Amino acid sequence: AARLQARPSRYSTDEAPNSFEDITSYNNFYEFGLDKSDPAANAHRLTVNPWSVRIDGLVERPGTYDLSDLTRGVALEERIYRFRCVEAWAMVVPWIGFELGALLNRVGVKPGARFVAFETLVRPDEMPGQRRPVLDWPYREGLRLDEAMHPLTILATGLYGEELPKQNGAPIRLVVPWKYGFKSIKSIVRISLTDRMPKTTWNMQNPREYGFYANVNPNVDHPRWSQATERRIGAGLFAGRQKTQMFNGYGEYVAGLYAGQDLRVDF
Amino acid sequence: MWISEPMSRLMLAGGANLVDRVNALARSVPTWPIYLAGLIYPALLFWQAITGALGADPVKAMEHALGIWALRLIVLGLAITPARRLLRLNLMKFRRAIGLVAFWFVCLHFLTWAVLDMGLLWGQIAADIAKRPYVTAGIVGLLALIPLAATSTDSAIRRMGPVRWRRLHRLVHVAALAGAIHYVWLVKAWPVEPFIYLGLILAFQAIRLRHFLRIGWQAGSAG
Repeated sequence: AARLQARPSRYSTDEAPNSFEDITSYNNFYEFGLDKSDPAANAHRLTVNPWSVRIDGLVERPGTYDLSDLTRGVALEERIYRFRCVEAWAMVVPWIGFELGALLNRVGVKPGARFVAFETLVRPDEMPGQRRPVLDWPYREGLRLDEAMHPLTILATGLYGEELPKQNGAPIRLVVPWKYGFKSIKSIVRISLTDRMPKTTWNMQNPREYGFYANVNPNVDHPRWSQATERRIGAGLFAGRQKTQMFNGYGEYVAGLYAGQDLRVDF
Repeated sequence: MWISEPMSRLMLAGGANLVDRVNALARSVPTWPIYLAGLIYPALLFWQAITGALGADPVKAMEHALGIWALRLIVLGLAITPARRLLRLNLMKFRRAIGLVAFWFVCLHFLTWAVLDMGLLWGQIAADIAKRPYVTAGIVGLLALIPLAATSTDSAIRRMGPVRWRRLHRLVHVAALAGAIHYVWLVKAWPVEPFIYLGLILAFQAIRLRHFLRIGWQAGSAG
C-alpha cells in the first residue's frame, strides 16, 4: 500500500498499538462474512479506485465527490486511538485521517441540520456477505451533529502509515473512539445531513441491544453480556481482562456532549 | 415409524449391504482412538494458541472450538439410537466414548471461559451465570452432564440397574438442548450453524418422543 504522510496529534494515546497483523486479521465487517477472519480473506475483491462519496441533505454544496476531492489539500494526522468493540474486546489502532468536522465545514452545513447519516457501499458481487440478508443492507450509521463536529471524530484513510487495508474499511471510514466500534462505519459512499435522527443498522436489527448513541459505558451492560471489562487483543493468553473506561477513556473531551442526558436511556 | 414402513424397507434393501459393512467395520474398530483424539485435540489447540496459529484472539478461538466440538459430539451421540432404529446402523459401542469426550470438552470450554476469558473475575463470572441467559443455559448443560459422566462406568450401570440408568441418562436431552440454546443465544445476527445443531437436536428428540409414544414410556429402551 502507498505510504501516507501524517503529523502526530495531541489526541493520540501513548498506549502501545496492536500489531498490523492483529488489526488487519481480526475484523467485524459483515459485508465480507461473519467470521472475524472473513474480511481479511475476502476484501481483496473490493474495488476502491475509483471511489466517490455522495454528500447530500442539508448542505450548501451537495454533490458526488471523488475521494481525491475530499482529501486534496487536507493535512493528514496520525491518531492512535483506543478501539472498543461492543463484544467486549479492545485494541489500540494508529489511524491516519482528518477531522470529519473539517469536511463538513467545507461542504457547508445548513442551519437546520442536526444529525449526520452515513452509508456503506452495497456491491454484493464484491462483498459476498451482502448476498445474505444477515443485516439490512446498506450498513447505516449516524451521529448527532455535535458528535460529528467533535475534533476526536475522524474520517480515516490509513493506518500504520499506509493506505487503509480493505478489510479495515478502505478507502475511507469513520472513527469515533468513544463509541463502540460498530458506530465507526466502513467504506463510506454517502454522507447525509438531516434534521432527524437517522436509522442505524444495529439499532434496526435489535433496538433493545444496540442504541443510537452506543457510547462506551461500563455501567450500562449489553443485555446479553457485561460491559464492565474488556479483553485487550494481543495481550496474550493469560492477560485476563482490563476495566472498561467511561467513554473509552475520552470522557475529558466528550462527556460534556451528553450533559443532562440519562445515558441509561440514551445508550 | 418416522419414515413410512415401505419407504424404510426400500432404503434398507438398497443400503443393507453398506449398513452391514459399516456395522462389521464398527465391530472391529476399538473405541480408544476417540479418547486419544479427545486428549490430542485440546493439546493441539493450546499449542496453536501459544504459537499464534489461532489468530489475534486465541482465547475466543479456543473457547469456540471446544464449545462447538462438544456440541457436535453431543449431536453425534444423540444420533446413534435413531441411526440404529431407522437405518439398522449399530454404533452403540462408541456412544460412551463420544459422550465422555463431549463432557471433557464442555469442562475445558468452561475452564477456558472462566480462567482465560473472564480472567477469574469471580464476581463477574457469578453475575454472568445469574444474569445472562445464554451463560445460564451453558451452565445448565454442564451441570446436566456431570451425573451422566459420573455414572458412565459399567459398574455404575450394574449398580443402578438398566431402567434407572436409562431414566437418568435422558438428562442428555436437557444438556443437548441447553447447549444448542446457549450457542443460538450468544451469536449476533443470524448465522446458520447454531440453528443447524438446534434443528438436529429437536429432530432427534422428536424421533425419540414418537418412539416412546408408540411403545410406552416405561418400556423405553436405551435412553
